[in-house]
This record gives sequence, structure tokens and C-alpha cells, in this order.
Amino acid sequence: MANTVSFMTRNFGKYNPSSLDSYEQIGGFSALRKALSMTGEQIADCLAACAVKGRGGAGYDMGKKWRQAREVNQPRKVVICNADEGEPATFKDRTLMENDPFRLIEAMIIAGYSVGAQDGYLYLREEYSHLRPLFQNAIWQVREKGYLGENILGKTGFSYDVHLYSGAGAYVCGEGTALVESMEGKSGRPRMKPPFIKQCGLFHLPTCVNNVESLCLVPSILLDDKKEYLSYGTQNSVGTKMISVAGNVRNPGAFEIPFGVKVRDIIFDLAGGVKNNHEIQLIQFGGASGKIARPEDVLDIPYTYEDLTAAGVGVGSGAILVIDKRTSVLDFLLATQEFFFHESCGQCTPCREGNTQMKLLLEKVMAGMHTGEDLQNMKKIIMIMKNASLCGLGETAQNALSCAMDLFPECFAVKTEGN
Amino acid sequence: MIETPAVLTPALIQEMDEAMQRYGYEPSKLLEILLDIQKAVPRKYIPKAAAYYVAEKMHLKITQVYDVISFFSALHETPRAKYPIQVCSSVVCKVNHNCFVLDTLKDVLNIGLNEVTYDGRFTLEEVPCFGACDKAPAIRIHDVVYGPLTTRQQIIQIVQRLAEE
Repeated sequence: MANTVSFMTRNFGKYNPSSLDSYEQIGGFSALRKALSMTGEQIADCLAACAVKGRGGAGYDMGKKWRQAREVNQPRKVVICNADEGEPATFKDRTLMENDPFRLIEAMIIAGYSVGAQDGYLYLREEYSHLRPLFQNAIWQVREKGYLGENILGKTGFSYDVHLYSGAGAYVCGEGTALVESMEGKSGRPRMKPPFIKQCGLFHLPTCVNNVESLCLVPSILLDDKKEYLSYGTQNSVGTKMISVAGNVRNPGAFEIPFGVKVRDIIFDLAGGVKNNHEIQLIQFGGASGKIARPEDVLDIPYTYEDLTAAGVGVGSGAILVIDKRTSVLDFLLATQEFFFHESCGQCTPCREGNTQMKLLLEKVMAGMHTGEDLQNMKKIIMIMKNASLCGLGETAQNALSCAMDLFPECFAVKTEGN
Repeated sequence: MIETPAVLTPALIQEMDEAMQRYGYEPSKLLEILLDIQKAVPRKYIPKAAAYYVAEKMHLKITQVYDVISFFSALHETPRAKYPIQVCSSVVCKVNHNCFVLDTLKDVLNIGLNEVTYDGRFTLEEVPCFGACDKAPAIRIHDVVYGPLTTRQQIIQIVQRLAEE
């Protein structure tokens, strides 16, 4: 089995990302043409048949999501592309957008057609502001050519436009309701659910949010007459996945792999192995909110949803962070904790206070001043944050620490007497 | 480059009017408008008078404008510099020795974190991951990412080029 494939990345380097003409020359917008010959339902079915799971991190069944969005009985709906890729060590969406911006626009139009929306919104994180001119230009060209507007490609009744929105440096805005709040010109604090945004989201309209990678898969899948996609992966993890490998590796980068490649091959072949051949301390999967594992527990397993879950980690955002032994487990944890301390929006107590207290407790552990009671409190706070936080940020912030307490108990050994 | 934040210069007013017009005075575009205004201000922040001006022109409550400014870390309430140098503080850059980058910048610019050089040209900021982990350790200055930065010479070159602009 090859370690990389070009399914959704097949256009990389094949056309000029600033030119719609050059995109059309390599077959651009033929997926939209095909989509318009199908019903919205058939498109959702096509995704369901390929068992596509959302690529933002939650892994929700994409065909199901589009079908549900379609079934919402309201005259006005919106589609949002979530390009607020904020998980540290994750940059696969950036890679997709830099190399193939027109594919994303095409996919957003297909999504709009399938779910019955009139407007699509691309929410681009401020950190990727260098991509703004690329997308402003792409949207403008696509509109001029008539792929956006009224009765697109002669399809009566299908009118759709795409709008570019910017974030402003808030990790929490990757969460659907916070994203929507920020797009309404407010601070990006997550909403209470229900109502879910699929019923009442942006501007109180039914909203279908998709990750960049999820959308980028759509044109390739629609044109996949030979069922190439289904030939990749395993029974429970079908197809290909964009991953990003970073940390102490020789060749950090984003790669499209078929599901099922061994983690060892990803790290040592694709990413070139560990710099200066240092020993691996730990590997984190899925960004800062992801779980961690010891190398011996994961290197020889295939990269699939089921195998990673069985090993106690997960696919998440598709990031693989390799940390070598020069960084201590506690240093790694503190850096991660500082990230969440900074990014917690402060709205709900479990996340705001939890992240603050965990940072203080972790500093105490690092100084070797902690007691058994401190460790018990840490476990308690982890449990409270996981169960009582308002959004995914607080729920997942302690994933790495929670794993570390199990995997590296020696780092948490109590040194002070009397406890 | 000294400016009096309380005074709205005609040039700034024009920039703000243009920014709001560009987005049709659309309240949902407040973030973009504020980011554009911040870019137009020489010291790359939103002066208080500017925030009030936007609130008035867009018929928004000043509390909503400040809710947004204070919430988002890409928006700033206090004067920064012509070139805010953002050093990634994420764990990925940390394990790739971002401390070398930060220490070198402190030394070269002769300022500490969040301080501004005497001419208002540079400031040093630590920011969370900006998605350039394949270029770690990385810095970002406006829309440009530089990395991986492993030698003092690389860092001096970046600073020198911007100092001459």
C-alpha cells in the first residue's frame, strides 16, 4: 500500500490558484455540473455511501448532516465552511486552501445546492489572512463566470452566493455556535444548545457547517465513477485523509494518506523520522485537544478511526505531533495547558476556572510541591470540565493531561512528605 | 510616529469611512471593519475615539464594539507598532526552540515582550499557534510568516529589511 495518494489533492500544482480559467482547463466545475444533474438528496446519499465522516474533528457522518440540513423545512438556509483551523499542529486545511482554492468554492456551491441554501459563508481564521486575497479573487472570478448568482448554470431556482468572513484570533470560534456568534458581529462565545445551529444558526437561519477538508472531498467523490475512493482505507475507515505531521520530525508537512497506513510509516517515511534520531517521548493525535500515547503503543497500528480509538487516542483534526525525549512530559503538558488557559472564552465556570486551576496545579507538580490531595483535585477538575463545560473546548482541554496521568504516573509522583 | 489617540485625524476618518463603506455598514462585518481600521492605524490598534466613531456610524452600542475588541486577540486596544512581531508560543514551536527566536529578537531589538522600540517600529508579542507548524519555529509579521528560524542571521535579516522600509 502506498503511503500517500492524490484523491482530494490531485489538483495540487496542476493549475494556477489565482485563475479560474486554469482551474476549468483541468476539469474544474465539472463536479458542480454533475451535481446539478442530480437531486440534493442523491448528493447526500453519495456521501453517505462513501461513509464520509466530517474532518473538523468530531467525525459526524457527512451524508447524514447534509440530509438533515436538507430536510429542515425553511425557505432560507445557509452553508458555512469552517476554515478556523485552530488546533495546534494542524495545517491541512491551510494546505488545501493554498493549493486548490477553487475546489473549495465549487464544493461550497454543491453543498448549497444539496441542502437547499441561498448563501455560503467562508469563515477564514485571521491567522490565514494571507489567503484572503486569494479567496476574494476566486469568489469574484467565480461570480463573474456565472457559477454564483441567479439560476446557476441554467438551473432554474438555484441561486447562491458565497461570502468571505474573517475570524480574529479566537480558537473557540472553531466551535459552531461561537463561529456563528462571531459572524454576527459579536464576541465569539458559544451559545447554549438547543437550539442547534442546524435549526437556528447564523442570523437565526438553519445552518450547515462543514470543515474545509470535508468539503474538498466532495467534488472528487461526485466525479469518482470508478469508485476509487472506496478502494482506499479499511472497512470502518473508508477513503483518504489529510493529516499534518509536526513537532520534532525532519520533514513536517501535510499529506493525503489512505486510511490504514501504519503510524510508524507516517512518522518515519512521510515525515522523515525524528530529528537527530532522538527517541520519541510521546505522540499527540488531533491537536492540543487530542489524546496522547507512548510511541510503543501506537507506532505499529494502522491510522484508522477504529485502531486509534482502540489505542486510546483518536483521529481528531488529523494532526500528529511528535515530541522527542528532550521535552519532558510535564513541559509539554504545561505548554498545552497555557494554550487552553489563554483560549478559554470565560463564559462557563468549569472551563474558565478549571483551566486556571489546572495551570496552577500543573505548575505545582512541576515544582515537585504537590500533594496527594492536589492530584485528587486534578482528577476531579478533569471530570467536572469534561462533563459540565458548555462547549467542546472545556470538554476536551484536559484530554492530554488525563492521558498523561495514566501513561506517565512517575511524572506525578508525590515528593512532599506527610501526604 | 507619535499620535494622539484622542484625536481623530482626517486621514483616519477617511480610512474608517472607507472601511465601513466597503462592507456596507453591515453589523455582521464588524470584525472585518475593525481589522481593516486597525491595519490603517500606524500603531496597529483601535484607538478609543475610533471605536466610538464606528459605533456611532454603524448605530451599534459602544459596549458591543468593545465586547468584540476585547474578546478577540487579533484586535488591540493599546498602541503597538508598525511591525508587531508575533512569535508563536504553541507547543510545536516550543519543542522546536522558539525560545531562541524570542531571545534573539529581544536582544536584537533591545526590548522585552510586549514592549515597543523607541521609534514605534517594532513590538514583540507571543501568540498561540497560527498554523505554520511545518515552519516551526515561526514568527508572523502582518500577513507574512517566516520560518523555520534557526539562526541569528536569519532573524537579523528580517528585522533589517523591515527597519529600512
